[in-house]
Amino acid sequence: MQYALMIYTEPGYFETLSEADRAEVRAGFDALAADRRRVVGAQLQPAETATSVRVTGGRMLITDGPFADTKEVLGGFALIEAANLDEALEVAAAIPAARFGGVVEVWPVVAR
Amino acid sequence: MLASLVGYLHDFDKAEEATQEAFAIAAERWPASGVPDNPGAWLVTTARNRAIDRIRRERTLAEKIHLLPVPEAVMDEFDDTAIKDERLELIFTCCHPALPLEGQVALTLRALGGLETAEIARAFLVSEETMKRRLSRAKAKIKATGIPFAVPAAHLLPDRVDAVLAVIYLIYNEGYSGRVDLAAEAIRLGQVLAELMPDEPEALGLLALMMIHHARRRARFSGEDLVLLDDQDRSLWDHAQIAAGRAALDRALARGGHGAYVLQAAIASLQAAEPIDWPQVAELYRRLADLTGSPVVELNHAVAVAQAGDPAAALRAVDRLDLDAYLYFHSTRGELLRRLGRDDEARAAYRRALELAASTAERRFLTRRLAEL
Repeated sequence: MQYALMIYTEPGYFETLSEADRAEVRAGFDALAADRRRVVGAQLQPAETATSVRVTGGRMLITDGPFADTKEVLGGFALIEAANLDEALEVAAAIPAARFGGVVEVWPVVAR
Repeated sequence: MLASLVGYLHDFDKAEEATQEAFAIAAERWPASGVPDNPGAWLVTTARNRAIDRIRRERTLAEKIHLLPVPEAVMDEFDDTAIKDERLELIFTCCHPALPLEGQVALTLRALGGLETAEIARAFLVSEETMKRRLSRAKAKIKATGIPFAVPAAHLLPDRVDAVLAVIYLIYNEGYSGRVDLAAEAIRLGQVLAELMPDEPEALGLLALMMIHHARRRARFSGEDLVLLDDQDRSLWDHAQIAAGRAALDRALARGGHGAYVLQAAIASLQAAEPIDWPQVAELYRRLADLTGSPVVELNHAVAVAQAGDPAAALRAVDRLDLDAYLYFHSTRGELLRRLGRDDEARAAYRRALELAASTAERRFLTRRLAEL
């Protein structure tokens, strides 16, 4: 099965970490990038750089920023292939954001 | 039977359909051909074969279902031992923490306890429609999100066993407050779990805890009134069940058990003895408090210290706790103050407890205590 791991982080949190913790965070994301179960993924630019688009009555409405306004913002995502939810949860738990003030959501992907 | 089929087919709806079909076939054939030697195995095998036929048919239509490679089942094999016990896998599926807790509880009762949806609905005081939705939401999530039908890997097992124990204990506690059938159902589930995981001391500990508590249920109320442990009529206790609970506790201890359920069972066992060894009870509550960090356990520890003969030390411990919104904090303070001869303060504490009392039995008990002062 494929799962989308949505990685939410608190902006500025990384900067508050010690050098050792920062090294651990980088190593954790490197490990995810190298994981053979990862199909695709990306780290996102800060939320201030995001733009929302919606189309009503044929007109494109453009607004600044992401839709949600919470403390934690979407900081990246990964699409992974896993045997079942338990394996997907394990991959998610290994993502540094899960233990450094963020959260990782695990969503099953619609099979096509 | 349902549990075995769900575990085998990894699909709740198919298992329910196949079970119904097998019973229908039996109703048709048995009167003519006679009841087979092993009716249970016959039904399971028949249901499996029906389900396999159905899956094969559906596969040719669409390949959307991906189940296990379907093993060959032979109609003539009515050997009980050949039917693998899939209940353990199923317990872990039903109690998967990715499911909402109420869904875990309902699924466990439906798939493992074999309760009808209507019975579960009645036990939780919701409409059958609501319970049906709750069950189908949980089943849909299992399917859509790929919750496995498997015993978790060793490194995940302790946490997941905890989740299973929590669900069973939750079912028990629902029954503890009056609906006795749920408590008995929880004990049955506890027995199944202890059987399937014989080396898991906490499973035995939970079973022992539930049995020893349940054995005293008839003595806990006198009409509408709550009866405290001290005043309970011990002839109303189910002594055989207490003995069975203690046997489970001994097995847990023999396996090195020292977790929260084992400790609580040991406390319950001591409290069912005559006379009660309160210093030992206090010691066990101390360990339980260290383990859980729970102020409610600290409160119980203080009660045991008072029963062991030191109400002043108990009151000092209670006054350090931050439990102002908790009924038993105030009723315990009231009791300790009364024993220390501080009647005015005792009255104030009981009045505060009365404000927080939710059930009639609690209010009546506290009103009586106040009147006695």
